[in-house]
Parts: sequence; C-alpha cells; structure tokens
Amino acid sequence: MQQCDFAVIGGGLVGSAIAYGLASQGHQVSVLDEGDVAYRASRGNFGLVWVQGKGQEIPRYSQWSMRSASKWSALSQELFELTGVATQHHNPGGVHLCYSEAELASREVDLDALSQATDRQFSFKMLNHSELHDLIPEIGESVTGASWSSWDGHANPLYLLRALHAGIRCHGGRFLAVGKVKEIRRNGESYVIESNHQTITASRVILAAGLGNRELAPQVGLDAPLIPNRGEILVTERMRPLLNLPTTYLRQTGEGSILMGDSHEDVGFNDGTETPVLAQIAKRAVRALPALANTRVVRSWGALRVMTPDGYPLYQASESHPGAFIACCHSGVTLAAAHAKCLAPWFAGAEAPSEITPFTAERFHVQTSIPA
Amino acid sequence: MFKRLSPPEATNEAVVTFRFDEQTVTARPGDTVAAALLTSGISICRSTPVSNAPRAPYCMMGVCFECLVEVDGNPNVQACQVEVRDGMHVHTQQGARRLTS
Repeated sequence: MQQCDFAVIGGGLVGSAIAYGLASQGHQVSVLDEGDVAYRASRGNFGLVWVQGKGQEIPRYSQWSMRSASKWSALSQELFELTGVATQHHNPGGVHLCYSEAELASREVDLDALSQATDRQFSFKMLNHSELHDLIPEIGESVTGASWSSWDGHANPLYLLRALHAGIRCHGGRFLAVGKVKEIRRNGESYVIESNHQTITASRVILAAGLGNRELAPQVGLDAPLIPNRGEILVTERMRPLLNLPTTYLRQTGEGSILMGDSHEDVGFNDGTETPVLAQIAKRAVRALPALANTRVVRSWGALRVMTPDGYPLYQASESHPGAFIACCHSGVTLAAAHAKCLAPWFAGAEAPSEITPFTAERFHVQTSIPA
Repeated sequence: MFKRLSPPEATNEAVVTFRFDEQTVTARPGDTVAAALLTSGISICRSTPVSNAPRAPYCMMGVCFECLVEVDGNPNVQACQVEVRDGMHVHTQQGARRLTS
C-alpha cells in the first residue's frame, strides 16, 4: 500500500497545480490520475489567462483571478527553470470585441462596476475601432470596438500541464495512474483510497477530479453539484504572427495556429463536436478577423467544462472529514498560479486565502446567502 | 533520384508544363504536383515554420503535410493531393504562411 501526506485525486490542471504547490513546499504528494478514459477538460481548453469581465456577481472572484494572473509570470519562469518546459505565457493584455455602440456602452458599465467593486484594482480601457485597429490591423470592419485590460494574457495549457507534471516529479511527488477512484474511507487519522489498480493511504485528501468530484464529494461529507458544459474549438494551420494579443474567443498560439472558440452547450456528457456549432464559431471568427476566411482548419474538438450552478469555483474543507478538501473550477489555466501558490498552502494548514471564502457549496442551498 | 517505371517519351500521352519557382517543369497528366517535383529532381518544396529546415514530400498520400507548397497564390497546399495543370504556378512554401485579406 502506498502512503503519503497528501493524495490529490485528479491529474488535470487543478489537481496538478495544487500538487505542484504542495510538493514544492516539501510535502509528500501523490497525484492519482484516472487515465485517458476521464473527460480530460485540461486537454481541451482554450488557454486564456483571463481576468476582464469575471466576477460580475461575486467580485472576490475577480480578485482571486487577479491574484493568480499577477503570479503567473513567476510561476511560468519557475517551471521553465525547473523543468525546461516553457508554458508560452504572454501577458500583452486582452480584448473583448463588441459589435455595436450599445454593446460597447453596456460593456463599459459592467466593467466599471467590476472595477469599482474591486477598489479599482481591476482596470480596463474602452477602445474604438481605430484604436483597436492599431492593436490588431486585421480586425474586421464590423467590429465597433473593444474593452482592453492589461490583466489578460494567454498560455499553452498543454505545456502548462506538462510542466506541472514534470515539476511535481522534480520535487519528489508521484504521479500515479491508478484508474478510477472507487472509494475513500477513514482509517483512524488517515484516508484509504481504493482505486481500480491501487490502494493509497494519505493523511489528507484533495478532490480535484473535475466532474468526477460529483461522486467523490459525498464520501467525505462534501457536496459537488457540478454540471458539464460543452465548449467546441477549431484550430487553423500555422501562420505568421497576425494576432498579437488574445481575444475572448480567438488567440494565436506560439506555434502560429489560431484557436477559435467557443460554444456553451448543455449536452450532458457528450464531448463530441457538431458541424452547425463549429460553423457558427468559424463564422464569428471570420467576422472578427476577415482574413481567416482563407485559412484551413486542421482540427476541431469538444471538451466539457466543470461548471457549478453559478459558474464560480468550489473550494471547501470538509467539516465531518478533517483533512479532506475539494477544489473545482472551470478556469484551471487562469487560476493555476493561485492554486499552486495560495490554495496549496491552505491545504497544508495555512489560513485560507481571503478571496475564496464565498466559494463553498452552501451558496447553492436556497436558504443561505452569499457572503459579501 | 526518382525515376518513372516507364519514361515519358515511351508513351504518346500529352505533357503538362508548369512553373516551380523559376523553373519550368514537365509532367504527365494525372501526376500529382509532389510526384512531378520529385521525378524532376526537385526535392525541397518548403521550409519549416519554426526552424526554417528544408522539407521534401514524404508520405505521398495526404497525411504527413511535409509537401506543402504555394499553388497559384494559395499557400500551404499539399502537393501530393493536387494534380498538375498546364500553366500552374507553384512556389516553395517558405515557413509559416502569411494571412492577409
């Protein structure tokens, strides 16, 4: 039987960032990965490190995203020096495109409210068409303007995942392909985790299994009412640089291909693609950058977001099962630095980061209100 | 390096002529651009986007994307998937394509 201080269930971006944070602080960590039969949200995402517009209803989510964004460059550099894997993180600012004066005006009102709610920590600028054209010369005529924020950037999520996995190993952590975790039970002061292939004993257990947390949470007195939400993405052939900064649904990767997203579909656990949806994504991309009409799309895929009922994350310590925690969210790229540097210490005994207090499952129960 | 199983002069078939960069290349109707280039002794059709390393047609069946060329102004065309036409203008694909509307 394998023994460790921490068992992190889930080898995706959330679990790996937490495990990396714990391992780099000297804790003995084992990451328990289900394998490629899992839904693999971390292999299908878009790669934004994004702040603008997030946290409209719960401003502390904006602060949490900013905390992570501000630590991203250092994390990326640290991972590169440790593992030799570059995440291709860039922080040139990002834009959200608007297609009418009304849309621009309402965007400004929303972002201004967000800026105010974060004591102006979140900052942004509205751009008219010609200012946007200076940033993106290929921008379409029908784009009226955009909101721009210096907080936004992007990275290659696959390299991030690889760097985290390598980093965990560099710090003595273990990555175990254990198959599906079947059962978590208490044994005195520790937890025994039964999976398809192995039994692991750990002092603390962190549930970071994405949609798999739904079934695991009740075993340690937690609640994870997660809903899959499908996003489809198209990727083009490699091209010379033409898009110097990411937009909400278009970004050019370090290799030169352009990713076009995204869709928000309620289709249960179906992670396939559908032509009408892909066509809609392509149409919207061409509207933003008309030159894309002449490019070849080389791949497309669908992936399932890990969504809570209100779209915000879920971070919670179990009251009935001391040492058991849950972490799930759909922004595993943006929040990677916060998860590694701020959330991991909490699991190891430090005080919880102040930004995460609203994100327990109690908010999904009708009788409780969200702490301000 | 490559030779035809039966040389062009052994048949009565018409000959197709096209341009590859500054050269004139002759081929047989039905040849793919990639096959025509290789039989004419041209082995470099592109340079790679990242390191600018030279590349030649490889799989000849549309899967490896090594044979990218520019055909009549259209970049990143798989030379093994396009038949030669009289008067075609084929160019070496230099690195990643440009995109302009």
